[in-house]
Amino acid sequence: MAMIRFAIFRLITMLATLLVVSVLVFTIINLPPGDYLSNQINELRATGQQSGIAKAEFLRQEYALDRPLWEQYLIWMGFAPGPNGFAGMLQGEFGWSFEFDRPVSEIVGGALWLTVLVNLAAILFVYAVALPLGVLAAARAKTWVDYTSAFVGYLGLATPNFLLALILFYYGNRYLNLPIGGLMDPKFEGQPMSFEKMMSVLVHLIIPTFVIGTSGAAAMMQRLRANLLDELGKPYVETARAKGMSESRMLVKYPLRVAFNPFVADIGTLLPAMVSGSVLVSVVLGLQTIGPVLLTSLKSQDQFLSAFVLMFVALLTLIGTLVSDLLLALLDPRIRFGGRS
Amino acid sequence: MTALLKVEGLTIGFGKAPPVVNDVSFSVEKGETLALVGESGSGKTLSCRAALRILPAAAQIRAGSVTLAGENGPLNLMDLSERRMCDIRGNRVSMIFQEPMRSLSPLHRIGNQVIEVLRLHGEDNGRDAKKRVLDTFDRVGFKDPERIYRSYPFELSGGMRQRAMIAMAIVGKPDLLIADEPTTALDVTTQAQVLGLIKDIQKDTGMAVVLVTHDLGVVANMADRVTVMNRGRVMEAGTAQQILGDPQHGYTRDLFAAAPKIPEATEDKALDADRDFILQMKNVSKTYTLKGSAPWHPKTHVYAVRGIEFGVERGKTLAVVGESGSGKTTCARMALGAERADPGASILFKPDTHAEAVDLQHLNNAERLDFQRNAQMVFQDPYSTLNPRMRVKEALCEPMDIHGIGTAAERTDRAVEMLRWVGLSENMLTRYPHAFSGGQRQRLSIARALMLGPTFLVCDEPTSALDVSVQEQVLQLLEEIRDQMNLSYLFISHDLAVVARIADEVAVMRGGLVVEQGPPEALFYDPKHPYTRALLAAQPEPDINRPIDLNVVSQGAGDPSTWPEQFRFDGQHAPPLTETGPGHMVRFYD
Repeated sequence: MAMIRFAIFRLITMLATLLVVSVLVFTIINLPPGDYLSNQINELRATGQQSGIAKAEFLRQEYALDRPLWEQYLIWMGFAPGPNGFAGMLQGEFGWSFEFDRPVSEIVGGALWLTVLVNLAAILFVYAVALPLGVLAAARAKTWVDYTSAFVGYLGLATPNFLLALILFYYGNRYLNLPIGGLMDPKFEGQPMSFEKMMSVLVHLIIPTFVIGTSGAAAMMQRLRANLLDELGKPYVETARAKGMSESRMLVKYPLRVAFNPFVADIGTLLPAMVSGSVLVSVVLGLQTIGPVLLTSLKSQDQFLSAFVLMFVALLTLIGTLVSDLLLALLDPRIRFGGRS
Repeated sequence: MTALLKVEGLTIGFGKAPPVVNDVSFSVEKGETLALVGESGSGKTLSCRAALRILPAAAQIRAGSVTLAGENGPLNLMDLSERRMCDIRGNRVSMIFQEPMRSLSPLHRIGNQVIEVLRLHGEDNGRDAKKRVLDTFDRVGFKDPERIYRSYPFELSGGMRQRAMIAMAIVGKPDLLIADEPTTALDVTTQAQVLGLIKDIQKDTGMAVVLVTHDLGVVANMADRVTVMNRGRVMEAGTAQQILGDPQHGYTRDLFAAAPKIPEATEDKALDADRDFILQMKNVSKTYTLKGSAPWHPKTHVYAVRGIEFGVERGKTLAVVGESGSGKTTCARMALGAERADPGASILFKPDTHAEAVDLQHLNNAERLDFQRNAQMVFQDPYSTLNPRMRVKEALCEPMDIHGIGTAAERTDRAVEMLRWVGLSENMLTRYPHAFSGGQRQRLSIARALMLGPTFLVCDEPTSALDVSVQEQVLQLLEEIRDQMNLSYLFISHDLAVVARIADEVAVMRGGLVVEQGPPEALFYDPKHPYTRALLAAQPEPDINRPIDLNVVSQGAGDPSTWPEQFRFDGQHAPPLTETGPGHMVRFYD
């Protein structure tokens, strides 16, 4: 019961945060002088193409870019009626991409799911690698196991992701016959989901997951090791030993459980770090994720597109934090009962 | 009779350094209590942990044997495999530790942690195991075992957690219990009750106990036999009667001399009618408001201090005594102006006899700065109050630096002078705190407090983190500088014996209220309040013929609502503080 109340409370704060984020995103995007259309109009005027100007002016009015900023914000969010009535984010209308000359939802549609897929795979990879290696490094602290894993970890941290991507592509293709670039075989693009398509996506995922996840996994492994070593020195560990627990059983039941907190709390920060960190990798690897889209839209001041992508990343972050908060409350009675004592 | 546990010629060292435990031997017989006594660094803890082979990873056992009597003849614990060692731990030999606050996993329920002992040793047959745990909880004095079973450690107080630890240690019906300073972190009254509990259980089950402690008072109350250790060697061993009655070794005698005692002699010092107070607190209360667990929950109020009225006389020491949570530290913080009392209070400070008194509740910036030069604090933990990255000189000169007093040379001179005052030497100025022992650090912290030439010092448990012999020296130092520099002290402590030595007036606090107040003579020889009596009775005396009287302790140490009617507190309603003798006030209904 307390848990449900807590979840609802957190959900409400999350929505409030999202609202604040939307204001920030909108402000920041509009900070540079001008917008995509006024830039275009100026350019067309300079080259004397009257027909284009008429279309641009029409779009300006259609998307209310001629109104004051605060009105634009309200219309964009769907709080106030625009030229076509209520048609903002809240109503599921994400606006028009001027750069690609298509609705935002159309451009972003497929990329959203691939982004989520790639990053979820990377996060799973991070946890799957960091957990056993971190525990092993702590349990065998200051032995060759520890030193080797630290060395490999630092290599992973220090190698630039795109370099790692290129190297892996080369050797992966040469020795393991792994495909280069993209997230699926070109022949499946635009096809409905099928078993073959899924397999193709999975095979294409191997290298991106590895590339995006390596540095995160190395960092997390070191953090887990340090936390666990701290916990190993605590008196309750000694109590468990004095009870007659075997070392491995004790390690898993007590210190690991306590050291798990920061591990779980990291989900919240890992998600956005992965999304923004994978932009460059996506460009290099030619992945059809949202990263390259964000990059182009920001460069050309394509405001509805970039605002949508930023809002999407913010939403991912908030969901990540929500998930980690709820997990923490489930895991740690001190947080669950925080207000009680 | 053969020994249950026999340790012979035990030598333990770290790395290539000389051994820290050197040729130590002791033995315990069935049903008997052996006390291992010594100060920190004496190797007593390492020795008893070696018996269970739970030493820190870097420690090596270089020589010696540990034998435990088994059903099929003696077992040499040094040669057992790790797996068989696990069968011994918690089942035949169990252990309780010093810090009940940290010795239980914060994330697991108490019941889970206790029943685990039975599971590990294959004695878990479903419902029986839980019943056994609940019975054990009942045995260690929990009123509602079912609730404790479901509780998390952070929901229990220190004393309750130590009871839970004891339950965990005895649930497997061990032959031997090793208790490593089991009561050091507890309040005196709780300590008395926990010690009484261990003794009772021992009587019931016939288990043997190895009690590791630095407190001779605890030894006198518990031990059949005593082994005194110093710097990794056994100094003296024998029956409690012998060692406590007629110590042979010089070190043991020193320990006795240093042990704080409530003095025997009575000399009535009449209080002057016209007293010159440096600090006077009138009608001082402090209420904290806690937020509810959610914004819509009502706020709760915690009454940390309620209606304090006392003063610190110039050149004298006022001691405030109480257990944790009694409000004594809040008092100290208010006396330093670090915390503002509830409206309506007056805290008057008079730097010298003829000066105008300032009210700490309403200071302007200039007055505050002036007050801060006059009032300084000595803290409890000398290990955490000195910045490990600052040299002694920087640490000492910092207060003058902040107040912009003197040139660099003058500051250094002052630092040298203060170091001499506290009995350290000039060449220590360039060292870092880690090069000093606990006692030396406390001296440094006193020197730092003296740098600004204060007239008033607040000492918050300045000796409770120190060994007995060092504690004695620090108290002596505090007394000397008080008399020579004409300082006035507000001395906060939980230890009546420490206070007995240094105080000119004592206030005993419980639940934010002063329950009894007066000159130490009146308080120690004619205590009126059941709580003061309980505190005095709970104080372990290093005298085997004066055991702790648990009846008196339990009468006064319980919840204030269980006190005799005359003294009872009932929520917000407490009896008034009434004068019963010259300067002797007791809170009761006349």
